[in-house]
Amino acid sequence: MRLQAVGVRLGYGDRVIVDGLDLGIEAGTVTTIIGPNGCGKSTLLRALGRLLRPSGGEVLLDGKRIDRMPTKEVARILGVLPQAPTAPEGLTVADLVARGRHPHQTWYRQWSSGDEAAVGEALAMTGLDGLGERPLDELSGGQRQRAWISMALAQGTDLLLLDEPTTFLDLAHQVDVLELVRRLHREHGRTVVMVLHDLNLAARYADRLVAMRAGRVIAAGTPHEVLTEPLLAEVFDLEAKVIEDPVAGTPLVVPVGVRH
Amino acid sequence: MTSPPIPSPHPEGVPPVSPVPVRLAHERPLRLGPASWLLRLRSAAAALVLLAAAVLLMALNMRLGDIPMSVAEVFRAVTGDGPDHFVVMELRLPRALTGVLVGAALALAGAITQAIARNPLASPDVLGVTTGSSVAVVGVIVTAGSAAGGAGGALASVGVPLVALAGGLAGALAVYLLAWRGGLDGYRLVLVGVGVSAVFTNVKYWLLTVGDVTDSGRAMVWISGSLNGRGWEHVVPVAIALAVLVPAALAGTRSLGVLRFGDDTVTGLGVRTNLARGLLILAAVLLAAVATAAAGPIAFVALASPQIALRVAGVAQPPLVVSALCGAVLVTAADLAARTVAAPAELPVGVVTAVLGAPYLIYLLIRARRGARA
Repeated sequence: MRLQAVGVRLGYGDRVIVDGLDLGIEAGTVTTIIGPNGCGKSTLLRALGRLLRPSGGEVLLDGKRIDRMPTKEVARILGVLPQAPTAPEGLTVADLVARGRHPHQTWYRQWSSGDEAAVGEALAMTGLDGLGERPLDELSGGQRQRAWISMALAQGTDLLLLDEPTTFLDLAHQVDVLELVRRLHREHGRTVVMVLHDLNLAARYADRLVAMRAGRVIAAGTPHEVLTEPLLAEVFDLEAKVIEDPVAGTPLVVPVGVRH
Repeated sequence: MTSPPIPSPHPEGVPPVSPVPVRLAHERPLRLGPASWLLRLRSAAAALVLLAAAVLLMALNMRLGDIPMSVAEVFRAVTGDGPDHFVVMELRLPRALTGVLVGAALALAGAITQAIARNPLASPDVLGVTTGSSVAVVGVIVTAGSAAGGAGGALASVGVPLVALAGGLAGALAVYLLAWRGGLDGYRLVLVGVGVSAVFTNVKYWLLTVGDVTDSGRAMVWISGSLNGRGWEHVVPVAIALAVLVPAALAGTRSLGVLRFGDDTVTGLGVRTNLARGLLILAAVLLAAVATAAAGPIAFVALASPQIALRVAGVAQPPLVVSALCGAVLVTAADLAARTVAAPAELPVGVVTAVLGAPYLIYLLIRARRGARA
């Protein structure tokens, strides 16, 4: 088990969003967390990436309590891409991606040839080689998202947490980003945990789905096990038909209506 | 279980991964064995020019006084002994050095504050330092002044800087405690700081009105910021503070570069966000407090120097060393103007910087509004 939440209680201030939740992430899998708005899926992902400290329970990274490990060491094992990240204006793509090397650098080792190679490789993997000197604000939405993923890749971690990496992207760019995630997983052996809204894309690109509602895990398993008509009703209040995706063979959700 | 392959927008197979040289926007690598650094050539050139300008302005400043001298005579007096050696070394050099060091400290404090607040309008005033010092000093001069029958020289030379230092630190602590909410947010810090500074400023004016006329007059000179009569006892504390805090601030440069991103990104990169931010703000507070203790709250230097520096260096974030040198040049130039404009009368240096500062502040506000509309 690479990453594990054990009985975590999560919230902001006095507001508890998740209470007593258990979840394990296996090595070498792509896990996608789905659920309605406000169900706590992003909160859970932030806790898994030690961006949010649980008020109860614990998060384990490779069996060790993540909050007791030096945060810089965690950053060399686990990369996080927050939801809708913001960069200072005027930054170039290479400058952004180079930030991913921060956990590997010290004041006397600011830009080793290893750093440069890792950044070059991350740019190439995301198809951004040649765009390194372009200001980030001049890129399209899809390219910008790839640049952020590239930064997380430059970090050189084999565990990646992506919070809604496809938000604000059109369908073609969503598929583009998820294809990249798939390549990272299949060809580079990365373990990925992400939050997605689109159920059909989630079904197509995940090995494992985790369905949440009101801070609890309702179901976890393969897309075929999780995306069933009764479960969609229970988790999303959605009346839907589930058919086979004619392209990928994964479950395809066809909405009928919302149940009130 | 994995799903079967589907048509991909990318050609199948491992993408070409050939390490291409990566070119960063402003920085060039310098590698020595396993060690490596990033250099900014334009910043380095700017720093050298500014350093030369600061030395020249100091020399021009040191010409002035009861015995007028040429620049050559000033240099000779500093290096050799001769008849003017005492005047230059004991009176003129410490004054000029105080100006340079105070300018550098204020500018550095401003650069750190602006980077953390992500706001070009932020300055140590916003951290409560300068206004806190002012309230404390005015309070002491006004109350102790008449009680002690016109506070003596001891209070003026030793007491006032100490009171200023204590007031500045207390002001910063007040802002910090009010702004802290499970973490330190840049915007919240600015908003709280502006509010607290406004309160301090009004308390200061109230103290000035209740005080005795002569005490209030003396207090006014201090709170406008002056280098008049500054000696080695003012140089030494600022020099020590800079010797400790400049390396500390430079060590934080890399964190400062990362702290421009959103908090989640910063934490994800393995930075202890609140700790890094807290230490950098502490450095800014100490720099501003020590500088204010030495020369009073010289207006506008901390606000403008970082903004001038980032334009000179052509970078997006105030560069620390260039900002510090800009501050040194600015204060020294302003002092030169303060001593020549109305000669033989001498204005407090803070009056000149304030006169320059008002239009600059308006310019920044207009630019910010245009930016918001665009």
